[in-house]
Amino acid sequence: MQAGTASLVTTMDRLASGAFKADFPILQQQVGNKPLVYLDSGASSQKPQVVIDAMTKYYCHDHSNVHRGVHTLSQRATHAYEQARQKVADFINAPSTDDVVFVRGTTEAINLVANSYGASQLQAGDEVLITALEHHANIVPWQMVCERIGARLRVLPINDCGELRLDQLDALLSSRTRIVAVAHISNALGTVNPVAQIVERAHALGVVVLVDGAQSIPHAKIDVQALDCDFFCFSGHKVYGPTGIGVLYGRQSLLQQMPPWQGGGDMIRVVTFEKTTYADPPLRFEAGTPDIAEAIGLGAALDYVSAIGLDKIAAHEKALLEYATAQLSSVPGLRIIGTAAHKAAVVSFLLKGIHPHDLGTILDAEGVAIRAGHHCAMPVMQFFSIPATARASFGLYNTMTDIDALVAALHKARKLFGL
Amino acid sequence: MNDLRELYQEVIFDHNRHPRNFGKLEGATHEADGYNPLCGDRLHLYLILDNDKCVERVTFEGEGCAISTASASLLTEALQGRSEAEARALLQDVVAMATGNVVNTDALGKLSVLSGVQEFPARVKCATLAWHTLESALDQNDTAVTTE
Repeated sequence: MQAGTASLVTTMDRLASGAFKADFPILQQQVGNKPLVYLDSGASSQKPQVVIDAMTKYYCHDHSNVHRGVHTLSQRATHAYEQARQKVADFINAPSTDDVVFVRGTTEAINLVANSYGASQLQAGDEVLITALEHHANIVPWQMVCERIGARLRVLPINDCGELRLDQLDALLSSRTRIVAVAHISNALGTVNPVAQIVERAHALGVVVLVDGAQSIPHAKIDVQALDCDFFCFSGHKVYGPTGIGVLYGRQSLLQQMPPWQGGGDMIRVVTFEKTTYADPPLRFEAGTPDIAEAIGLGAALDYVSAIGLDKIAAHEKALLEYATAQLSSVPGLRIIGTAAHKAAVVSFLLKGIHPHDLGTILDAEGVAIRAGHHCAMPVMQFFSIPATARASFGLYNTMTDIDALVAALHKARKLFGL
Repeated sequence: MNDLRELYQEVIFDHNRHPRNFGKLEGATHEADGYNPLCGDRLHLYLILDNDKCVERVTFEGEGCAISTASASLLTEALQGRSEAEARALLQDVVAMATGNVVNTDALGKLSVLSGVQEFPARVKCATLAWHTLESALDQNDTAVTTE
């Protein structure tokens, strides 16, 4: 390409052509002597070289423990760690870095809120409202705290398309409801939930809302102030960052009133054997040495995504979803589970005559990585009276060619099974 | 595709499409639930052992992938008329074979088709679910066996 024409190739063109695959070393391999087609980003996305480099550079040059150290390395580590917190705050438009708590992942973020805010605010007879679309991570922590306190867990149902029954929301928001916990996007079906609307109706009754953003963080621009949610949780590894790092965003006034949930170093102000006073948020909730390299890696991932532009990634993935839905529907016996009007880059499906687990194995032999199972959303499977689904989920590096490979592999599976 | 053909042999397809001894068994002397939480496979095994502790009848119910369904179906055929001690020895051989340990596959007869899972570590649990459930039934263990 001649200099000067490069600018004519837009980011959208580069997304469509799969040019960004080159940034991901893991995608340059073959599986089963076939080029790897990775369609499991909903479980975990792959990491661009810049993320791997940021973590390597940190360990090669800057590592020490964060906070309180006066030597050079500790100052560098602290600076890089806190800079990552700033990047997170900017990425989700949090009012301040003080609202950003680093945790291990979405699961830990929800457990933190359930055990700190939930356990200190809920009383016997109070209610927590979740939805029928939740991942186990947004069910079990609430079940555990409700059981401990004698509170009641209530569930907003879904319809046959896999959409929340908003018509039942007002009936389920009672005078005893204290917390609503809802997924932004369903991991099992891809349904995008109208969380802003849910927040508005909950807030009208003074009910606090937690949004599980594990699936939305790589697919949609998140603005926690526009959403007006009280808590927003996500994992770094779903947004092209490392595992072992995640974020709890909390409204500062709520974080201030929450007791710590783990004790140790870094979360204290003064310790004597008689009494300990706690640090302010976010450090109050970060006992012990944090995942420093992972936080730095997450910062690099957010920079990478921002440079491409989440609006463009979302538009690209929308095109992928439309193409996948059309192409998959042409496979005989294929039934898509989850047909919400508003969906993200996830397609769950069943193929008549072939169990999802068999499909997973056969597709893997074709180099196509999908997920098969209940996707940690067993109540969703129970609702549809199915044991499992096969699920293809897309990321910024996927292309329509990848979907063609998926469809070709499905035809091969049918042939193998004599269908 | 060669490994896939090893895994999905015609016998597997046949037993997946037409599971033998499928259904509830009235008057079972032994029964147990098996569950693979990884993929959601569930099965229930029914056995009637006669006074000499020999398998008089064995059936299963449930749903699962081709491997777990075929494995359960093959189990019901293989167990017919065997003593409890023989059944226990057989299940140890099948589990050993599925996990890649050297066993005399000739002695296993038709069950040797299950050896294909050796090359697919993620699928070993599918092949062994019915056999672990058999052990639980013979032990008269009331809690559902899981592969986790």
